[in-house]
Amino acid sequence: MKDTVLEVTNLVTKFKSADGLLPAVRGASFSVKKGETLCIVGESGCGKSITALSIMGLLPSNGRITDGSISFNNKNLASMSPKEMQKLRGNDVSMIFQEPMTALNPVFTVGFQIREPLMIHQKLSKKQAHARGIELLKMVGIPSPAERMNQFPHELSGGMRQRVMIAIALSCNPSLLIADEPTTALDVTIQAQIIDLLNDLKEKLDMSMIMITHDMGVVAEIADRVIVMYAGEVIEEGRVEEIFENPQHPYTKGLLSSVPNVDDPDFELKPIAGSMPMLNEKISGCRFHPRCPHAFDKCFSESPKTFSVTDKQNVRCWLQEEVGQNGGRRASSL
Amino acid sequence: MSTEVVTQQMPAHKKKKEFALLKTWKRLIKNKMAIVGLVIIALQLFMALAAPAIVGVDPNKQNLELSELPIGTEGHWLGTDNYGRDIWSRIVYGARISLLVGIGAVSLGLVGGVILGLLSGYYRRLDGIIMRFVDLMFAFPGILLAMLVIAILGTSLVNVVIAISIWSIPTCARIVRGSVLSIKKQEYIIAMKSLGASDLRIMFKHVLPNCAAPIIVFATMRMATAILSTASLSFLGLGAQPPTPEWGAMIAAGQEYMWTSPHMIVVPGIAIMLVVFAFNVVGDALRDALDQGMSLDK
Repeated sequence: MKDTVLEVTNLVTKFKSADGLLPAVRGASFSVKKGETLCIVGESGCGKSITALSIMGLLPSNGRITDGSISFNNKNLASMSPKEMQKLRGNDVSMIFQEPMTALNPVFTVGFQIREPLMIHQKLSKKQAHARGIELLKMVGIPSPAERMNQFPHELSGGMRQRVMIAIALSCNPSLLIADEPTTALDVTIQAQIIDLLNDLKEKLDMSMIMITHDMGVVAEIADRVIVMYAGEVIEEGRVEEIFENPQHPYTKGLLSSVPNVDDPDFELKPIAGSMPMLNEKISGCRFHPRCPHAFDKCFSESPKTFSVTDKQNVRCWLQEEVGQNGGRRASSL
Repeated sequence: MSTEVVTQQMPAHKKKKEFALLKTWKRLIKNKMAIVGLVIIALQLFMALAAPAIVGVDPNKQNLELSELPIGTEGHWLGTDNYGRDIWSRIVYGARISLLVGIGAVSLGLVGGVILGLLSGYYRRLDGIIMRFVDLMFAFPGILLAMLVIAILGTSLVNVVIAISIWSIPTCARIVRGSVLSIKKQEYIIAMKSLGASDLRIMFKHVLPNCAAPIIVFATMRMATAILSTASLSFLGLGAQPPTPEWGAMIAAGQEYMWTSPHMIVVPGIAIMLVVFAFNVVGDALRDALDQGMSLDK
């Protein structure tokens, strides 16, 4: 068994708003092992980015972790002082963002921005940091890296900028990389390159990765394990094959049938009706029941328990209870 | 495999930094009014720097036999005042004072304003307190505030600088705060945090350079206000004291002789007007030039 790098237990993150404290993440639990890629999937607003920001300690000023623990290499991040967190960020955990066009400071050269974390965390001299920066740019596949160091972000294309971002994030050899939809803003061809690059680097540097995405194609490509989030809750988790071949939660199935299938001309997209509930909406029972085609009485009143499908796959859905009784026929025929 | 090199030819990029500045400059000098303003400012700068070389006469040298000579007199082409002092040399030396006071007041005001603006824009907690304090300062008419400061500190040019800089702080703080509020939401700031940069580092190294455009425009425009205010305060007798060749003080001294020797107030009046006009025009043109210059994308 590989050792666990990150263990999130019952994480609750709430936001202060005019309507009071609103929970954006409601008791999420998951773990990431060394060298593993975990994908967090879900619609916009399901709390996946907030989960990532909670781990990084970068919540907006009105957000707060109110419950649960985040254990990273056996240190609880949720109770760490801001100063300690600051030392950790960029060094042990780093993050890449969705929008490479805006994630680099427009007034500084690439070199300046890549040198900075090296000089802060590893206390390198400017010269050493410069040399290391060139190595890093080379590592992420940027041509003529020495010249790039003197260029400004606006002189680079989106894919190049994302490569630079990756180089900066990896500059101090973090043990965990959080990638928040790193390919969403890129062209499809570039997307594939970036995904490949991340996969390669993950293996080369032996780090763990949390990939946040809503693109099932990306998930299939890169994930070892997947967690599906809906309205702030983890509703299903499992190994990537299990999620794709034997999804249990109606929402996961919905997500999978919302992906266009190029090979099958008769394939019809089945979008999930309705939309994600607002943070301040009060929903009794299962939070998915208003959109669930299979909802029955129990779903309206009681929040579902977690059922184990296999030793790795867990799902929070009352349908599982019936599966248990009816010999597993019903859920798989959904 | 993606660590392979993506083929894309890049020409040598060496002069990029100068290039951005050059573009702004080119856009600036496309504006004809800006050229007029820049020429006036350059002239004032030249006068201020080379004052002793331009005029041979001591600006404070009195000669009662040659008092109140009109414009165009041989040897005193802008005439003399009631004490027979050469007005041209007083204007030239006055350029020095107004420029010094302007630069001093604006830079002091910028330091205060930028710090307050950064703090209040960056830290939500401080925002309320600092902005209410700034509101309080706004409630005071500027010239009254300056007079109050001078009444407390005493009349001198240094105190004028302090008074005017205090008056510049609230406007500057507001402008900087506004920019900081929008910049701190940018992803690159969150990205910097995710790399473990400290607040101070982010504020001064990453947020501040991105506020440069509005600050530069503000500083230029403020120069005009500062020069005008110095003249006003000196005119009221609160700034430069006689016999300092300050433009405002020259007008004040010329008041009594308005009907007999109008050039005593007209000449310094025109000098003030031209300089204030120049800084305003250049500030305006800078705003346009930097506005496009700051959208660095393509």
